[in-house]
Amino acid sequence: MKKTDASWEQIGEKFVQTMDRNQLAQCMRCGFCLPACPTYQETGQEEASPRGRIALMKALSEGLITPDQTIVDQMEFCLGCRACESACPAGVPFGQLLEQARSSFAEPLPRTLISRFLRRFFFHWLFPYPRRLRLIGSVIAFYQRSGLKRLFHRLGILRLLPTPLREMEKILPQVNSRGVRKYLGSTIPAQGKKRSRVGFFYGCIMDIVFTKTNINTVHLLTKAGYEVVIPSEQTCCGALHAHAGEKEQAIHLAEKNITAFQQARVEWVASNAGGCGAMLREYPHLLRNHRNLLDDAQSFAHSVQDVSQLLLQAQESLPFHKLTSQLVTYQDSCHLRNGMGVIQEPRQLLRSIPGITLVEMKKADRCCGSAGIYNLTHPDLAFSLLDKKMKDLRATQADTLVTTNPGCFLQMKMGIQRSGLTHQVRILHLVDLLAEAMEKGSSSIPSSRFFVSL
Amino acid sequence: MLPSELKEALQKVVGPDRLRDDPSACLTHSYDATPLFQKMPDGVIYPKSTEEIQKILSIASHYELPIITRGSGTNLSASTVPITGGLVMVMTHMNQLLEIDQENLTATFQPGLITQHLHEQVEKLGLFYPPDPGSMQISTMGGNIATSSGGLRGLKYGTTKDYVLGLTAVLPSGALLQTGGKRYKDVAGYNLTQLLVGSEGTLAVITEATVKLLPLPEYRQAMIAHFSDLDHAASTVSEIIAARIIPCTLEFLDQQTVQVIENYSQIGLPIDAEAILLIEQDGPKEAVLQDMVRMEEICKTQNATYVQVAENEEERKQLLAARRNALSALARLRPTTILEDATVPRSQIAPMVREIRRISQKYDIQICTFGHAGDGNLHPTCLTDARDQEEIERVEKALAEIFATAIQLGGTITGEHGVGLSKAPFLKSQVGTLGVEIMKGIKKVFDPQNILNPGKIF
Ligand SMILES: Cc1cc2nc3c(=O)[nH]c(=O)nc-3n(C[C@H](O)[C@H](O)[C@H](O)COP(=O)(O)OP(=O)(O)OC[C@H]3O[C@@H](n4cnc5c(N)ncnc54)[C@H](O)[C@@H]3O)c2cc1C
Ligand code: SF4
Ligand code: SF4
Repeated sequence: MKKTDASWEQIGEKFVQTMDRNQLAQCMRCGFCLPACPTYQETGQEEASPRGRIALMKALSEGLITPDQTIVDQMEFCLGCRACESACPAGVPFGQLLEQARSSFAEPLPRTLISRFLRRFFFHWLFPYPRRLRLIGSVIAFYQRSGLKRLFHRLGILRLLPTPLREMEKILPQVNSRGVRKYLGSTIPAQGKKRSRVGFFYGCIMDIVFTKTNINTVHLLTKAGYEVVIPSEQTCCGALHAHAGEKEQAIHLAEKNITAFQQARVEWVASNAGGCGAMLREYPHLLRNHRNLLDDAQSFAHSVQDVSQLLLQAQESLPFHKLTSQLVTYQDSCHLRNGMGVIQEPRQLLRSIPGITLVEMKKADRCCGSAGIYNLTHPDLAFSLLDKKMKDLRATQADTLVTTNPGCFLQMKMGIQRSGLTHQVRILHLVDLLAEAMEKGSSSIPSSRFFVSL
Repeated sequence: MLPSELKEALQKVVGPDRLRDDPSACLTHSYDATPLFQKMPDGVIYPKSTEEIQKILSIASHYELPIITRGSGTNLSASTVPITGGLVMVMTHMNQLLEIDQENLTATFQPGLITQHLHEQVEKLGLFYPPDPGSMQISTMGGNIATSSGGLRGLKYGTTKDYVLGLTAVLPSGALLQTGGKRYKDVAGYNLTQLLVGSEGTLAVITEATVKLLPLPEYRQAMIAHFSDLDHAASTVSEIIAARIIPCTLEFLDQQTVQVIENYSQIGLPIDAEAILLIEQDGPKEAVLQDMVRMEEICKTQNATYVQVAENEEERKQLLAARRNALSALARLRPTTILEDATVPRSQIAPMVREIRRISQKYDIQICTFGHAGDGNLHPTCLTDARDQEEIERVEKALAEIFATAIQLGGTITGEHGVGLSKAPFLKSQVGTLGVEIMKGIKKVFDPQNILNPGKIF
């Protein structure tokens, strides 16, 4: 659809209103973020670098240039991996700037009918409602289990799908529409001496696609001495919304989550998905103009911890058993690393498992290309990043690849399948590997295999 | 936007994708790491070979189109800001390391090669390329050569100019100039290689370079010394040199700088010390250990309040990382960070630092000073806000006075960043009218139409 000049003007005004000038002024253009940025490394173009994007945002916010499709494309081309933030010595909050920029054109930008429909469907109809998500989950689960999947494969119907979806369909784990609460209830007591009360944020995708990981998370936490509460009123963290510029929806979801966990009266909020955890920590920024909610958002954000942080603190209560000796490598989740600053904790936990040798993968801190729905919107770059990642993975000769985020998990699994590594490398969420090490010889955590066949 | 005829001619050379003149591309090449300067070019071009550059330059000559050669755009003198418009030529696509010659101990590469990549590759072979500008993780070798970059190791090993042996460069006419080669000695006529080193893209476009390498030093050790008095730190520097020790780095940090770095990286620096010296020595293990003991003694006799020798490689790296992040950590205090590089003879460091303090108080400007004390290269850094016009005027006055003081003390307005645009007004007071006339004469021989980086240096 052709964009009229009027709507570009409107977008320009939005930029002037939305961008935070103080944050923009913090960038001193030193260029230290360039080597960390996947899109710069891939293209070698300044405009595809963090420094370039910030310069564009600044010029737009000052009305120095008018927005156009190339500039919007450049903002969409960004993975939102926030590696630039970790590299930036001046503390420029790039993730927040990116969201401001995207929200400047999210609404006025005339989109094609189909894209508008998809945005409404995902951001407004589906993700805010856990029950609808579960419904979709049960449809997929039925498809996977009923033999339809085999039939479709035999008939070659899937060839009609675009490549990323087709590859995703192949590797999607057995979906489960019931979720962790159905299996474990809403309050699970601590084992042994109680440390504190933790609210579990299960994550909307996690709970459907990785129910088993969620169950293991709760078991590990209780074993470590935490009483776990799973509030039923929690909802999607809003990360996908915020990253896509759907700010109002994100605010709405944030409010719901803050209230849900406040009512549960917990000391910590545990997340096992880097992308969700980092978003929960961003709530104070998201709600910065909502005075009445800001205090609550702040104390909520302070209480958010990645499960690896909580487990490491209680490590003495988690005697891991010896596993078959294996080489393990760890792929950072971008948002866990760059958003939550959790870098060493997962590695330390892995090193503490007897039988495991942790080998660092080259560029483990580089985005794998998953980046929310990036692999659907920009398959070329996503696959290019993924294939490089697989090269680095192969070089480690690891038997096991560990991740800490559902998006990364699926993307990496797709990579393993694509590059024919399926028989050499298995992929696990950190929590599932820890559960494996716990369960050996211990009867209190049921076998992982049990959960696989749920 | 480029005129269509010109655009067509250039597109014939590089194709449509590597020539851009839309707002997004132009805006993102309107700046470099220098605060307060910005100007849009008319277009951006990404060449991939020497031949393409030859063709681009002969087209540029024909149309009298200014060419601003750009590496990673990290220079601190606005040297790549296209002040007269024109075409920014980005060299980062030409980034191949062509050869490491282990017999002649040289490396040959394209100009877009990232400095750190060169370091990594040669060090794998037990070789060493010493120049290490603070920006080496992203600066290009072409940028390093065109500004004759320094770094932390300048005192003992010299700077980029001491390593460049040979260059291939394209003149504005499109002609190819070869200077020097893999030879350490060569006095055939004027030293054109050195003329191009530090020429800031105003004489020719460098398309290939050969530098000399050294054997990688066997051992390194670092130490830190705290001082409650600035003069004690300065006299320590003089005493170390007087004792005939040349450490590979001898870095000075004033109190404000220390506080900011500590805040940023939390490595246990003392935030109450007046000054800190960071000293590193490399070489054969025996000799290094001996030097460290002697330097430790000198620090103590010069009233250091605390001396710590790094215990292991990890600690050594941490101490140096602190220094490497200095400028960047400073950037957190105020929105705008103006980093200068006034340089004085080593013996004048204490008077210079004292003068900088006086000037900072006189104009009520926050200035943190750190730098390469061993070679007298200081970095007085103004922390300010570009949006505050009144304050910026005071900053400009303070800087002018700092430059004047440096010259008075027998120093220079720029030790390693180059003149570019930001220091062009001060060049005459540094090199005199005759000096400027000769430089302009040289420029005319290389670039009679004044199309290579016009408006820079003078
Ligand atoms: C945080 C920070 C720390 C720094 N620390 C140091 C330091 O310790 N020591 C130091 O010396 N500098 C330092 N600098 C300055 C800067 O990084 C150096 O000058 C560096 O060499 C610039 O490299 P670049 O690739 O970014 O070049 P650019 O900034 O792109 O260009 C610099 C100059 O080189 C010219 N040029 C680039 N490529 C070519 C070519 N192929 N042919 C001809 N001319 C060319 C350009 O026209 C321009 O005049 C620092 C900068 C920053 C931001
Ligand atoms: S590292 Fe930070 S300050 Fe430097 S250019 Fe990137 S965003 Fe700007
Ligand atoms: S978020 Fe990632 S892709 Fe985007 S600018 Fe930063 S480093 Fe680059």
